[in-house]
Amino acid sequence: MVGLVSAVVAVENLVKRFRDLTAVDGVSFTVGRGEFFGLLGPNGAGKSTTIRALYGFSPPTSGTVRVFGMDIRTRWRAVKARIGVCHQENTLDPDLSVQENLWIFAGYFGIPLAEAKVRASELLEFFALNHKKDAKVADLSGGMARRLILARALINRPELLILDEPTTGLDPQSRHLLWERLESLKAEGLTVLLTTHYMEEAARLCDRLVIIDHGKILVEGAPGDLVARYAGAEVLEVGGPDAALRRYVTENRLEYDDLGDRLILYVPEGSSILEIVRTRFCVRQCTWRRSTLEDVFLRLTGRELRE
Amino acid sequence: MDLGAVSWRFVKVWRRNLWTYRRIWKVSFLTPLLEPLFFVAAFGLGLSGFVGEIAYGGRKFDYPTFIAPGLVATAVMNNAFFETTYASFVRMYYQKTFDGMLATPLSLEEIMIGEIVWSASKSVVAAALMSAVLAVLGFVDPWSVATVLPIAFVGGLAFGALGLWLTGITPHIEMFNLPVFLLITPMFLFSGTFFPVSSLPGWAAAAAQVFPLYHLVELCRRVQIHAWESSTAGSGAYLGVFSAVFVVLAVGAMKRRLIR
Repeated sequence: MVGLVSAVVAVENLVKRFRDLTAVDGVSFTVGRGEFFGLLGPNGAGKSTTIRALYGFSPPTSGTVRVFGMDIRTRWRAVKARIGVCHQENTLDPDLSVQENLWIFAGYFGIPLAEAKVRASELLEFFALNHKKDAKVADLSGGMARRLILARALINRPELLILDEPTTGLDPQSRHLLWERLESLKAEGLTVLLTTHYMEEAARLCDRLVIIDHGKILVEGAPGDLVARYAGAEVLEVGGPDAALRRYVTENRLEYDDLGDRLILYVPEGSSILEIVRTRFCVRQCTWRRSTLEDVFLRLTGRELRE
Repeated sequence: MDLGAVSWRFVKVWRRNLWTYRRIWKVSFLTPLLEPLFFVAAFGLGLSGFVGEIAYGGRKFDYPTFIAPGLVATAVMNNAFFETTYASFVRMYYQKTFDGMLATPLSLEEIMIGEIVWSASKSVVAAALMSAVLAVLGFVDPWSVATVLPIAFVGGLAFGALGLWLTGITPHIEMFNLPVFLLITPMFLFSGTFFPVSSLPGWAAAAAQVFPLYHLVELCRRVQIHAWESSTAGSGAYLGVFSAVFVVLAVGAMKRRLIR
């Protein structure tokens, strides 16, 4: 937990109601300087609304949002000058070339053109886009467009970077390149707030995260701690579980999820249960693997479809 | 509208539009240069034999001279209105340009004012080019190439703000056909552009004075052919108030649309 004074982001009791829907229902969290913080949740859980409230795009119904210690409602201009936002949708300017996108965007921050050109060429270099600097935005691949959006979000040298699903729809190569770049930005001390649907991404990048559902925070913690607490150390997935196995897990008070045709067992570190189940109950198909953040996510938010 | 959110920064939005315009300016310049030639050819050579002289503001004019300032005023209206309707809608809805801008220190007010001022700038350029052609042809006072510019700017603000308000409340881009058909076309035909409003029945002449284009045509005629039938100060004030009201309405509509 980070003290409220030193926090880069301090959200307290944030509530956001639309006409007949409460999108965010009393969310509180803080992000410390240099922290990589994740905001996870299924579609419609309230992630995007929360993130939009951080840069004044969605005024809170109640509660306070402070960034750099300043209230976003009154000091929005000072706050927005010091943050970089990477939108979920492509908001690049298709009327401009790759480098013009950076120059013109720098102008919105009051950065003079000469300085903007210096920063733009540095950023294009950093994101491996130099060879595309005169290209039209429409001619960029999904991965290149995403990198340009990220480069654009860094043009004002922000102290806080807000990433709303930055790797959705990217191929594995692009995703890994983006992760590497984000990790090196983190190493330089940049504070990052990330929303994502990819648990692998959150586990790799985030120091700390919250899982949100139905507008409320379910859990908060470091990815590794959350996995240990909610999904044990190892997972055994048993296909076609029989009555004997079901009886065994209830009698021994094991952590499990019953999906009907599959039984998922969450096993703590160094437990002997694993061996017993494997030898006695693995009739058809058994998968044995380390527990992941995805197990935590599915256990906490359920497996039913949201849309 | 929050006045604390308005600063010189709207110039940055204006600059963005200028930057993209530089690519297509050659095409954009063609319309105002050629349009007066077409109209003057059609009405001057074709129609004016049937029309004869037009009595307006206590003087008599040949038909092409009478409609020349009306053409300039119409170009001012079209340039601003079509910029903040179709073009702004594309930027807002399809390109998400405003969403990107809203994540920077720009306020929504500044973005919208930048759009409206930009549309007025396009009107000024169109009015200048058109007036220059009409002056060379001898239909308008050559000095009016300069004196019409502030009028074109105010007129551009009025129609740019009206257009942006419609953009703020229009659910889909194809819906713009409605205000074009119900608002722009009648205005084009009944604002004294092609015949003096005073030749209409009394009630219709009074109704025409509600149209901002009527006042814009009046002001253009005043500086370009030095004749008028309404108070110049009154027309100027009407356009000024109309602009201010629709700037506030446009910002309000956009706020409801974009800030959720």
